[in-house]
Amino acid sequence: MNQLSVQHLLGIKHLNKNDIELIFKTADHFKEVINRPIKKVPSLRDITIANLFFENSTRTKLSFELAEKRLSADVINFSSSQSSVKKGETLIDTANNILSMKVDIIVMRHPNVGACDFLAKHVTAKIVNAGDGTHEHPTQALLDSYSIREKLGSVAGKKVVIVGDVMHSRVALSNIYALKLQGAEIKVCGPKTLIPKYITSLGVEVCPNLNEALHWCDVANVLRVQNERMDVNYFPSTREYSQLFGITKKILDSLKKEIVIMHPGPINRGVEITSDVADSSQSIILNQVENGVAIRMAVIYLLAQQIERN
Amino acid sequence: MSKKSLLNSKEIHIILHRLACQLIEKHNSFENTVLIGIQPRGVHLANRLVSILQDEYNIPTIKYGLLDITFFRDDFRIRQEPIEANKTHIDFIVENKNVVFIDDVLFSGRSIRAALTAIQSFGRPEEIELLVLIDRRFSRHLPIQPNYRGRQVDVINKEKVIVQWKENEGKDAVYIINK
Repeated sequence: MNQLSVQHLLGIKHLNKNDIELIFKTADHFKEVINRPIKKVPSLRDITIANLFFENSTRTKLSFELAEKRLSADVINFSSSQSSVKKGETLIDTANNILSMKVDIIVMRHPNVGACDFLAKHVTAKIVNAGDGTHEHPTQALLDSYSIREKLGSVAGKKVVIVGDVMHSRVALSNIYALKLQGAEIKVCGPKTLIPKYITSLGVEVCPNLNEALHWCDVANVLRVQNERMDVNYFPSTREYSQLFGITKKILDSLKKEIVIMHPGPINRGVEITSDVADSSQSIILNQVENGVAIRMAVIYLLAQQIERN
Repeated sequence: MSKKSLLNSKEIHIILHRLACQLIEKHNSFENTVLIGIQPRGVHLANRLVSILQDEYNIPTIKYGLLDITFFRDDFRIRQEPIEANKTHIDFIVENKNVVFIDDVLFSGRSIRAALTAIQSFGRPEEIELLVLIDRRFSRHLPIQPNYRGRQVDVINKEKVIVQWKENEGKDAVYIINK
């Protein structure tokens, strides 16, 4: 198959295994493109893309923008802090106003769960979810799996532990869907208060002990504690959190094998991960960022392929 | 559907050697020349020529790359069936080099147009030439002509030229198929 089975990228939940393989194969080609002296292809020169960011972002926004520009698309950027959203405009109105300027694809980040699904039902453009609240962040999960595949050869059969604030993390949910689809084994590890009650129904195991989880795994994907999404205290103190769930060089050195360390960023150094671990040779954090551009180029290219040229 | 043989394996063998000699005549030791096989079908021809040049004419170092043109095509979102990309493998810069594109069949010239754009991502070549095994006359949409051609044929529009290679299809042969 050389076409995606979906019309929008709203979440990994809607994808199948072939879609993921197609995205990875296409990303392989784009990774070669972005390492050329001239890192640009003209495929999307007649496509316009709007990046709507209703929530703060550094990496994802830059990565999407770069991916779009590398494909030669025209790009317009929008962030809610400088817009009419503050004046009370609804999401559909904002989107339709942007679409009447002849936009083909919308990349959206929104603090509310399901905002992208909602928009996909009401507007004609292709929608790419760049993170909706605590729900899904599909391109992050794709680039995480792609980075594991690059480092370890494949994802199938690998043991991955997701450490930290699983409850508030869209990265965790999308990663669980993506890794499951590719046949990886998954455990989650973190304070009991930050592990959702029904997480085991997704086919993952809960492991409350970090040391045990790290001994078991091939890959540790470390998440940030999302204080901005917490309305109550989920653990007594940051210090206690980092003592129980922070990954240090000492713990890594005590393991019998060398595991791969990943982090979707932004990192709170000294909380969920120490600096020497984040900067060590085991860490593929910066590879994840590089792969992010190739993955986003692949996703946008494959969705644009479905838009008929007038 | 009728199938007419255009070239058999012996004829292809002779043509490949002639093309190799023509390349040597122009490029001597290939010091400043790079050969670029156009993906997907030009690669087999390019591989053959490279091995003939190396093994039979003792030219030890030939710079050789593969170029995929999928992202540079002008029919993206127009074709019914999307085209799958192939690998590009060029681990050198083509700045000030003499580039020779190698493809199996020259038809509309649109693939070569795309290749001319794509190669610019790797620098500004001094000169670009085109080598094809089969040149379909009177079928060009663009003003593109080969510098080296194996065989020129007149093929009407509903006919198709099929090039088969020993490595893939078991034997070397060129057919014209009437659909």
